[in-house]
Amino acid sequence: MRRRWIAPSAIVWLVVASAFFLIPLIATFLFSLQSLQTNKCCTSAAYSLIIHSHQFWHTIRLSFVLALETIAISLLLFVPTVYWVHLRVPRFRPVLGFMALVPFVVPPIILVVGLLNLYKGAPSWFYDKPYGFLATAYVILAFPYMFFSLDAGFRAIDVHTLTEASQNLGASWRTTLVRVILPNIRVAALGGSFLTLAIVMGEFTIASLSTFQTFPTYIQFVNETQPYEAAALSLLSFLIVWAAMLALLFVGRGRPRPVQVAATR
Amino acid sequence: MAYLELNELRRSFGPVVALNGINVSLDQGEFLSLLGPSGCGKTTALRLVAGFDRPDSGSIVVDGKDMTRVSPNRRDMGMVFQAYSLFPNMTAEQNVEFGLRIRKNKRGARRKRVKELLELVGLEHAVKRYPHQLSGGMQQRVALARALAIEPRVLLLDEPLSALDAKVRVQLREEIRRIQTQLGITTLYVTHDQEEALSVSDHVAVMWSGRIEQMGTPSEMYSAPATPFVAEFIGTMNRLQSVVVDGERGEVEHAGTRLTVDAARGRTRGEKVMVLVRPELLVLEPSANGAAGDNTLAGEVVTHTFLGSVTRLKVQSREAELISDVATARVASLPVGQPVVAHVPNEGTRLLTLTEEPASFELDPDNP
Ligand SMILES: Nc1ncnc2c1ncn2[C@@H]1O[C@H](COP(=O)(O)OP(=O)(O)O)[C@@H](O)[C@H]1O
Ligand SMILES: [Mg+2]
Repeated sequence: MRRRWIAPSAIVWLVVASAFFLIPLIATFLFSLQSLQTNKCCTSAAYSLIIHSHQFWHTIRLSFVLALETIAISLLLFVPTVYWVHLRVPRFRPVLGFMALVPFVVPPIILVVGLLNLYKGAPSWFYDKPYGFLATAYVILAFPYMFFSLDAGFRAIDVHTLTEASQNLGASWRTTLVRVILPNIRVAALGGSFLTLAIVMGEFTIASLSTFQTFPTYIQFVNETQPYEAAALSLLSFLIVWAAMLALLFVGRGRPRPVQVAATR
Repeated sequence: MAYLELNELRRSFGPVVALNGINVSLDQGEFLSLLGPSGCGKTTALRLVAGFDRPDSGSIVVDGKDMTRVSPNRRDMGMVFQAYSLFPNMTAEQNVEFGLRIRKNKRGARRKRVKELLELVGLEHAVKRYPHQLSGGMQQRVALARALAIEPRVLLLDEPLSALDAKVRVQLREEIRRIQTQLGITTLYVTHDQEEALSVSDHVAVMWSGRIEQMGTPSEMYSAPATPFVAEFIGTMNRLQSVVVDGERGEVEHAGTRLTVDAARGRTRGEKVMVLVRPELLVLEPSANGAAGDNTLAGEVVTHTFLGSVTRLKVQSREAELISDVATARVASLPVGQPVVAHVPNEGTRLLTLTEEPASFELDPDNP
């Protein structure tokens, strides 16, 4: 096997890029190890405090479940919609694409005020509960990410032929969607889900303005009162989100993809 | 009563009339090819039969049952698509099994049937492969097995070979015919390749511009084309625009030359006709002095195209360009530039009445 030659400029570039991401993390890590009493290195007291905090576990669980709920609702809502648009009304695709840009254009702070007004009369099991009101807002926030991921996924397959082949063999719409379409856009759906997870785990504005205690608002609270713990918490949340993504990848993966074997022709 | 009947099927897309009244009736076990240039409505016709699309008017009857409004997943029509249509997430075996699972067949029976079908199409060694690990030809074999697995009432194939290379195409079309005959399954086959249609079908329907121009057995279509379009589309044809001069003796005049053709007997004097002669029936002979005998056209050899046992010669005569297939062994006496006479046979020629100017049409670029 031939050894791959790497240009020195490429290495320099790689180092600069890594530094860009790693230095803040390392700095945060070092900061989080300082002791509250002596302001000196090194103690894990900050980590221990957080891990034993009831608030920490409570809010992170809430945010995680919220993320899962948002993902579930988004997939249920958008997979059939995007499928239908691709299959039957492709001329509506740009319309959906435009609508998907709205959450980018409207700042969350305006969005939340609007939503709070809109749902003012709603029953309290919805309005006063994060799993009701917040989840609804997050589905809207996640819409662009879900839509563009799914749209790319559907464009990569021959929706018409696959659908017709499936129906021709006797499958209903539901069977076609579940057994033929979904497995072939799984990667796109996973991509959209990752992004949604990351968004919900980090969303502050809406949660704060509608006075719910989620993980990001907890971080903010700690940040204002306990600097070292806040640094530790940031790192922890970083790791946790990554772990959650890995878990999602694992769950969504199902059977591993077949390895690419050169076709014998 | 016929097994499959298409009655006056019409379908328009906005201003485009894709199907303009199609009638087909096919007995059980018969193989019909819909042949025509691209855009003539072949796919539209097949999609109506499969139920992916609804006709504006007309009906589809299978085995006495009106299927026109039945949804595609309840029609039991096995379709093989032009594009590769295998489910990418399933192996060859799982693809074939799909329809049987939908029908909730028992596992053991399913396995047995899948095995049989993949053997039938010669893929018993590739059952565990995914579509991307199969060649184009193999994918279409799996697609055929998948369509056959559900024991369809009618097998529908939409240019299943058009994406394959020439050799595989010939091999696979023969195999499709063998399997079709073996299973005795009623088949509608769409193609724009006349050679393909003529070689595998019981009946051929030549379509043009949303209509069936003519339907018949391959030999009828070849020897007795009913319209200029069919004559042009099926095989190669010499077309001599002529005027009837003597209907009793069967004489016509083409570019100042009198020709006697049996087909012209009984025509009225002055009628504009087109005399159709197959290239293999036009006999060429070298002529030293350029003098033409009875029933001949004088000209000069322009090109040679070697086709194997015959060579196709183009001859420029006074008005028309003639095409003649000559046994390759004889070609040495007819070099390019040689003055020749072409004998137009009395028998075996066809005559078409020209009611209007011959309709203009474009043939498929890959179907000369
Ligand atoms: N879904 C459609 N929308 C608009 N026009 C169509 C549609 N399907 C077919 N057509 C038109 O109908 C005509 C026949 O098409 P088609 O049946 O696909 O031809 P073929 O299969 O013989 O090449 C063409 O002019 C095509 O452009
Ligand atoms: Mg077509």
